[in-house]
Amino acid sequence: MAEFEPKIVAFVCNWCTYAGADLTGTSRIKYASNVRIIRFPCTGRIDYMLLIKAFDEGADGIIVSGCHPNDCHYTSGNFHARRRWIMFRSLCNFTGIDTERIKFSWVSAAEGARWADIVNATVSEIREKGPYTEYHKVSRHAEKEVNHG
Amino acid sequence: MVDLIKKAKELIETSAVKVVIGYEEGTGNKTRALFVEKTEDADRLIFDSRCVQNLAAYITKKEIKDKGKMAIAATLPVMRSIIQLASEFQVNDSNLLVLGITPESKLVEFANLVEVETFVHQYQIEIDARNKEMLDKLEKMTQPERWKFWIDELAPCFKCYACRAACPMCYCSRCTVDFNQPQWIPVASTELGNLEWHLMRAIHLTGRCIDCDACYNACPLSIPINLLTKKMLLDAKEHFGGYQPALKGDHLMSTYKPDDKENFIQ
Amino acid sequence: MNIDKRLVRKDSLEKLFDILKQNSKKIYAPVTKNGKTTFRDTASFSLISTGYIQTTESSKDIAFPRTEKLLDYSKNKEGMSVKGIDLKDIPEVILWGIRPCDAIGIGELGSIFNWDYKDEIYNNRSSKVTVFGFSCNKSDEYCFCTSVGGNPGNTEGSDILFTRMGEDGDYIAEILTEKGQAVAEIASGIFERLETADKEKFLADVPVKFNHNEISEKLDKFFESKEWVDQSLRCLGCGACAYVCPTCACFDIEDEAHGKNGSRVRCWDSCGFSHFTVHTSGHNPRDVQSARWRQRIMHKFSYMPERLSVYGCTGCGRCSRACPVDMNILEHLISIQEVTV
Repeated sequence: MAEFEPKIVAFVCNWCTYAGADLTGTSRIKYASNVRIIRFPCTGRIDYMLLIKAFDEGADGIIVSGCHPNDCHYTSGNFHARRRWIMFRSLCNFTGIDTERIKFSWVSAAEGARWADIVNATVSEIREKGPYTEYHKVSRHAEKEVNHG
Repeated sequence: MVDLIKKAKELIETSAVKVVIGYEEGTGNKTRALFVEKTEDADRLIFDSRCVQNLAAYITKKEIKDKGKMAIAATLPVMRSIIQLASEFQVNDSNLLVLGITPESKLVEFANLVEVETFVHQYQIEIDARNKEMLDKLEKMTQPERWKFWIDELAPCFKCYACRAACPMCYCSRCTVDFNQPQWIPVASTELGNLEWHLMRAIHLTGRCIDCDACYNACPLSIPINLLTKKMLLDAKEHFGGYQPALKGDHLMSTYKPDDKENFIQ
Repeated sequence: MNIDKRLVRKDSLEKLFDILKQNSKKIYAPVTKNGKTTFRDTASFSLISTGYIQTTESSKDIAFPRTEKLLDYSKNKEGMSVKGIDLKDIPEVILWGIRPCDAIGIGELGSIFNWDYKDEIYNNRSSKVTVFGFSCNKSDEYCFCTSVGGNPGNTEGSDILFTRMGEDGDYIAEILTEKGQAVAEIASGIFERLETADKEKFLADVPVKFNHNEISEKLDKFFESKEWVDQSLRCLGCGACAYVCPTCACFDIEDEAHGKNGSRVRCWDSCGFSHFTVHTSGHNPRDVQSARWRQRIMHKFSYMPERLSVYGCTGCGRCSRACPVDMNILEHLISIQEVTV
């Protein structure tokens, strides 16, 4: 049986992390190919619903990454994002969502090697944990009856 | 409440307002909202400890607003909601007059919303002991235990949206769930659909909820969804020093501090 | 079929449950969570709630589930493949513990699913339900079954109707249909011979509160009345009343798509929601709550009697109990009766 390969979705900002990931490529650094990168103008644009949707659609892990504080291309987008992530992560943790599967990072356009490290570390951690079946097996299309004793 | 009835009559007689929103006797031992437009109806106004419905849910409704200037009998939670709504530009002094009811059940007339804000700021938003205990209990559970708890608790939800309807802060003419391009939150009341709806609701209320329990009181199935919004209140206190509704200035989630602290961003 | 009146001793009820379970029967019975009673697939007699005057939710979920998959689809090179649900997969169930008002509601709900289009899926589910009704020994201020042609001991809609002889007594069991007879035969020892018993004296007293024919007639001329606005000011436009109602049948059909695959799902909907009648153009013919409240009453007390010859209301009172703002339907109907047009 094929070994489990996690599906990771990465929500990244265009000016820093996306450019950083680009640098990883042009530097010919090999890294895990499990990541699907989604490009945003800024981390401030990342809506909570998108992260929930990622798990909903089958992701086993999520990476959210943007510019370092004070380096945001739009000055303060990442500050807003940071505040949101603090509250969102706590709410997710409170409802029992496995927040270890959501990784947040600041990766600049110059940090090509670091992006590769973060992705590799995340992929191997999620591979250890296994697929996020807890979330995926929750009844979604009325297959299972609501049942109480 | 004699003072309230007198004041309501005076306001209607002088046409200072077109409708006074208060409470009246309901079925059995319940109370319910009353909309006084004629002086004789003012005699039905009551106030006592059963009156917990958050009347601020009505001041953003077209049918009520269109009547003209409103007056509202407001307990502390209702006053908080009003200030929060005013800070979001949903009401102002020209369309609302607040008849405050203090925690000691005394009537206070406020000349304007600034006076209401001053009053409200004397009190901190505190989570009651019973719910605090439940929150602590949940905190001590493991992540899989908490997941099971919430999936089970939310499973009976049939998406009636009474929680949304009763919350004064849910005034969007088109809620996120009402969109289907894309369909953010599954419409169906399945385990997943229910979880995502309540997660989304709690998130959209972060920094805006004033802990009135209207959502829990409205739920026909008595699901403790107010625990989610209370958790957000606790977190706001822990991470950002808490918040108070305020006419001008900083909303928790639309501001930031350059040195906001966290321990999970690499 | 003649009604077969039998005696079921109070301790035999649990035995009946167990025998049916041993015969692999699915039993939907009232269970309580967070103080609210709803019908669920129940594994053990001890879990069944008693002592309720009326359950919080109705039992319509059993034939008209809150969320129901209608089909799966998948797009591929050849086109679209569609797989409907297999009606054979729908199980037989015993509905245990509904009130006579709810039993009538089953017929009223069924008429909506059969008036112009025969809903095969609904009919299949409904045909597989055996109804164990339980007469009402008590009622409360929300009940008004007698005002809409029902009564606390009504046999209509049940396959077996149980009436308790007093608070702690044994049960009169009226086996009313062949379906009921078939179940009784599985547990024949439970249904004993009954010496005479007067069912009526154990039933709750539910005084008639309004004349439903008068109301239906009046509603014909009532469409433009200002009463609708006055009555609906406090209504918040949630779906609680429609969802707990045994005869409300509005539904929404939507596709849950995931790339090339998806499912078509039917879910409950409510005419009270502000977007219920929004057109694709953006126009909304019922854009104020009074129009939506009016729709609710007219549908139940005017349109349904006129077009389907059944009432759209069983007088169970659930809507009024569940409503977060006390929109007491009985109170509103009485006020309609009293207002001069």
